[in-house]
Amino acid sequence: MTENSSPVETDVVIVGAGPVGLFAVFELGLLDLKCHLIDILDRAGGQCAELYPEKPIYDIPAWPEISGQGLTDRLMEQIAPFDPVFHFNRMVAAVEKQEDGSFIVTTDEDEKIHAKVVVIAAGGGSFQPKRPPVPGIEAYEDQSVFYSVRRMEEFRGHDILIVGGGDSALDWTLSLQPIANSVTLLHRRDAFRAAPDSVNKMKALVENGEMSLQLGQVTGLNGDDGQVTSANIKTNEGELTQIACTRVLPFFGLTMKLGPIADWGLNLEENLIPVDTEKFATSEPGIYAIGDINTYPGKLKLILSGFHEAALMAHAAKKHIAPDERIVFQYTTSSTSLQKKLGV
Amino acid sequence: MAKITYLAHDGSKFEVDAENGSTVMENAIKNAVPGIEAECGGACACATCHVYVDDAWAEKTGAPEAMEEDMLDFAYDVQPTSRLSCQIKVTDELDGLVVRVPERQA
Repeated sequence: MTENSSPVETDVVIVGAGPVGLFAVFELGLLDLKCHLIDILDRAGGQCAELYPEKPIYDIPAWPEISGQGLTDRLMEQIAPFDPVFHFNRMVAAVEKQEDGSFIVTTDEDEKIHAKVVVIAAGGGSFQPKRPPVPGIEAYEDQSVFYSVRRMEEFRGHDILIVGGGDSALDWTLSLQPIANSVTLLHRRDAFRAAPDSVNKMKALVENGEMSLQLGQVTGLNGDDGQVTSANIKTNEGELTQIACTRVLPFFGLTMKLGPIADWGLNLEENLIPVDTEKFATSEPGIYAIGDINTYPGKLKLILSGFHEAALMAHAAKKHIAPDERIVFQYTTSSTSLQKKLGV
Repeated sequence: MAKITYLAHDGSKFEVDAENGSTVMENAIKNAVPGIEAECGGACACATCHVYVDDAWAEKTGAPEAMEEDMLDFAYDVQPTSRLSCQIKVTDELDGLVVRVPERQA
C-alpha cells in the first residue's frame, strides 16, 4: 500500500492477534462485523505462539490439555469462515477519532484502516527487543547501539560488536561482516542457538581471521555523546577486558511493552486499561479492551476470561455501531442464520 | 518438604518451607522475595528468575538443560552456578538449599 492511498474499510480493528483477539473475530463475525487484526509478531497466537508454543495449557474449557500452538491453530480454524484480514509485523502508530465517531488506525508502516470500532486485545503489550542488562546503555540507543538493523548501509565501515548467540546474532554477523571494518561476535558460551549452517560459516570466518569470536559478557559501554567507542567485557575466565567498537548490536530476545497504546489518551491504571464488565468499554467511546490488557474488579488474567469478555464486547460493539438494530440472541447449535454464517 | 534460603542482593535473608514438586521460583514469588520477577510465569521463556545456587548445592541442583542454557544467555552477569529458579524442582534432597538473587534481572 502506498502512503497516500485511501484507507482500507472495515468494521473492527483488533489490536493483537493472540487467543483473545482471535476469538473476538468469531463473536464479532456472528454479528456480521468484519475484522482486521494488527500484530507485531509475524504470525497469530501472541504469547501462546511466542512464549510457549509447545507448553501444555490445562485450563481451556473442554480441552484437558492443549499446547499454545494447538490452541492457536484451533482458533484460526474456528474463525476462518469470517475471513479476518491479518497485518503482521506491524504496530499501531496512531488511532484518530473521526467526526462521525469512527476511527482511522495507522500502522507503523503508514497503512491506514478506517474502522467503526477498535478492540484492544494486546495482552501484555507488544513484543519488542529486550534491552540487555548493561548499565547506562540507554544513552547510546539509536545512535550507536541498535536492537535491529533497518538499513545495512548505516553499518558500513564500522567496528561492529554483535552480542548474542541466536539466529538474529548469527545472521547479522554474516550479513554485516562483508561491509564492516571489523566484526566481533560476543557470546556467553561456545554453544549457539542458531542454525548450524550459520554457526559453521561464522567459525570459518573466524578461522580465516576475517572476524573474531569472544566468549564473555558485556558489563559496560564507554563513549561520549551517544557514540560508543568500546565495550567492557568480562570473559568466562573472569578477566576484564575491552573491545573497541563504534556500533553495538545486542540480541537479547523479546519482552512485552505496552508501547504506543499509552499515548492514545485512554485512562490507564498501571499499564492496564480499566473497563466496565458489561461492555468492556474503555474511557473512549468506540474503543474496547479485552483479555490480559484490561482491568476491572475481580479480573483474572486467564484465556477463558478473555473469551467471555470477547462475547460481551461483541454485543456492545454491535449496539454501538448499529444502535437501532435489534440484536436477536441466538445459539450456534440451533440458529440456521448463524450456521449459514459459519458455513455449516 | 525442604527449607530454602534466599539471599537477596541487599543482604536480606528469606527462609521458606517449600513443598516437594514446587519450583524454587514459585516459592520466591509466594514469599515475595525481592529481585525474582518471573515475567513469563515459569515457562522457561524469559530470564527474570535468575539465581546463583550456593557452591555447596550446585551439584545437587544439577546443570541447566539446553533450553534453560539458551535463556540464561539473556540473563545479567551469568556465573558458573547460575540457574533459572523456575527450573529447579524442590525435593527432600534440597533441604537446606541456599540461592543468591543477582543484582538485577534481565
